[in-house]
Amino acid sequence: MSRPLLEIEGLWKTYHAHPVLRGVDLNVDAHEVVCLIGASGSGKSTLLRCVNLLEDVDDGAIVLGGDEITAPGTDPDEVRKKIGMVFQSYNLFPHMSVLDNITLAPVRVHKRSRRDAQERARELLDRFGLADKAGEYPDRLSGGQQQRVAIIRAMACDPSLLLLDEVTSALDPELVTEVMGIIRELKEQGMTMVLATHEMGFARDIADTVCFLSDGVLLERGPAEQIFSDPQEPRTREFLRRVLASGRL
Amino acid sequence: MTAPADTWVKSERQLARERAHRRAGLRHGSIAAASTILCVAVVAVVVLSSPGWPRVHETFFNWGQFTEALPDVLSGFWLNVKIFLIAEPVILVLGLLVALARGLRSPLFFPVRMLAVAYTDVFRGIPTILLVYLVGFGLPALKLQGLPSDPAVLGGLALVLSYGSYVAEVFRAGIDSIHPSQRAAARSLGLSQAQALRFVVLPQAVRRVVPPLLNDFASLQKDTALVAVLGPLEALRQAQIHSADTFNYTPYLAAAVLFIALTVPMARFTDHLAVRAERRRAPGGK
Repeated sequence: MSRPLLEIEGLWKTYHAHPVLRGVDLNVDAHEVVCLIGASGSGKSTLLRCVNLLEDVDDGAIVLGGDEITAPGTDPDEVRKKIGMVFQSYNLFPHMSVLDNITLAPVRVHKRSRRDAQERARELLDRFGLADKAGEYPDRLSGGQQQRVAIIRAMACDPSLLLLDEVTSALDPELVTEVMGIIRELKEQGMTMVLATHEMGFARDIADTVCFLSDGVLLERGPAEQIFSDPQEPRTREFLRRVLASGRL
Repeated sequence: MTAPADTWVKSERQLARERAHRRAGLRHGSIAAASTILCVAVVAVVVLSSPGWPRVHETFFNWGQFTEALPDVLSGFWLNVKIFLIAEPVILVLGLLVALARGLRSPLFFPVRMLAVAYTDVFRGIPTILLVYLVGFGLPALKLQGLPSDPAVLGGLALVLSYGSYVAEVFRAGIDSIHPSQRAAARSLGLSQAQALRFVVLPQAVRRVVPPLLNDFASLQKDTALVAVLGPLEALRQAQIHSADTFNYTPYLAAAVLFIALTVPMARFTDHLAVRAERRRAPGGK
C-alpha cells in the first residue's frame, strides 16, 4: 500500500484560547472520498481550512503527497496550487463573468495561455450542463448554478485534492441534487475529496470513509455503511439518532 | 387553470384600479404645482417688498457689475479648472498608493506602512487653507533649487497633499469593505496576496468607492479657490479685484455661479451612480 495522499497528525487549532480542533489524526488515500460529519461547531470547516493553509495550525502536522505543508518556510501558494477548495457561500467573484471566474487561476497562477484556459473552461462547463452560462455574471445564476461554477473553478486548476466545505448548505432542497450530481461525477473520475457535509444521505451514498467529529475530536471513523448502520461510539449514535429524528437521513 | 399570458385580457377590476391610479397621479401633480406656485409667489412678494431689498439688489444682484466682471472672473475660473483637472488624477494615484501601502503585511515594508499612516494622520488633520499657506509661502522661503515658484502650482500641490489623505482613506474603506471570503477564495485558487488584491479585491473596491470619490472631487473643485490667498489670478481673486474697485459684491456672485455650474452636474452624476448601484444590488440581494 502506497503512502496516503493526505496525512494529518495530531492537529490542534484554537481561536482565542478556545480549542476548535484537539489532536485530529486523519489519512486520506488517493482517489478516496472522505466525508466529515458532526454538529455545527464540531470543527469540520476549520479542519478543511487548515488543510488549505487558510488557517495557521497551533500544533501537529499536515503532510500532502509526502511533503509537510505546515513546516515553516512552506510557500502556501505552491500548496494551494495542488488543492482545490469550494465554499458554502460559493464565493464567486461578482465582477467577473463565469468564464473569467474559471480561467483566472489557470491563466494567472498556472500560466496557461488564455485560449487554452478558456477552451478547458468551456469543456468543463459543457460537461456539467452550464455551457450557455459562460458569459453570465454570478448574480444572474441560481444558487445551484453558482455552486457548480465554483466547483468547476476549483477543478480547472487540476488539483490533486478537492476540499468541499458544506457546499450544499446554502441551497434550496431542489438545487441540492444538481450539486450532488457533479460531486458524484468527480468521484467516478477518481477525484480525491474531503467533504464537510450535513447531508447524511449523500454522505452515506458517496463516501468511502465517514469521520464523525465532536468538539474538535475525531471520535469515530469507518466505512460509510458501518458508521451509519452500526456506529460504535455512543455520541455518534446520539448524533445520528437526532439527525434521523429531524428527517435528514 | 389560468390562461396563457398571450391571451390575457385585463379584468374589469384591474382597469378600474388603473383608472384610479391615473386620477390620483393627476391630482398629486396639480396639488404639487399649485403649492409650488403659491410658495414662490409668497416668497417673491415678501422679499421684493421688504425695505432692504433695493440695497440687496444693488449690492449682490447688480446686472451691470455682473456683465462687467464676468469676462475676467471667467478667465480666472479657467485657472481653477486647470488646477482641478491636473490635481485630480494626481490625487487619485497618490490616494491609491497610500491606501495600498497601509495594507502591506510584509515586515520588510513596515516603515512604508508607518509612513502612510503618518501621512494620512498629519495631512487630514491640517486645515486645507493652513496647508496652502505653508506650502505656498513656506516652500519658496526655503529658496531651494528646482522647487516650483508658480503660486498656482504650489497651491495645487497643497490641495494634492490634503485631498490625497482623504482619498487614501476612501480607498482603504473600499478595500476593507470587500468580504474576507473573496480574498479566501482567491488565495485558495493559488493567487498570491498581490494577485488577490489586484484581480479580486481592488476591482470590486474601486467600483464601490466611486460615489464617495466624486463627492470628494466636488469638494476639491470649490477648494481650488483657496489658492487665491497665494495671489494667482483665479476666479475668486478676479472677483476680489473687481469688488475692491466698486465696493459692490456682485462679482463674487459671478464667481459663485461659475462654481455652482461646475459642482451641480458632478453632484447629479454622483446621485445617478449611487442610484444605479442601489438598483443593481436590489434584485439579487447580495
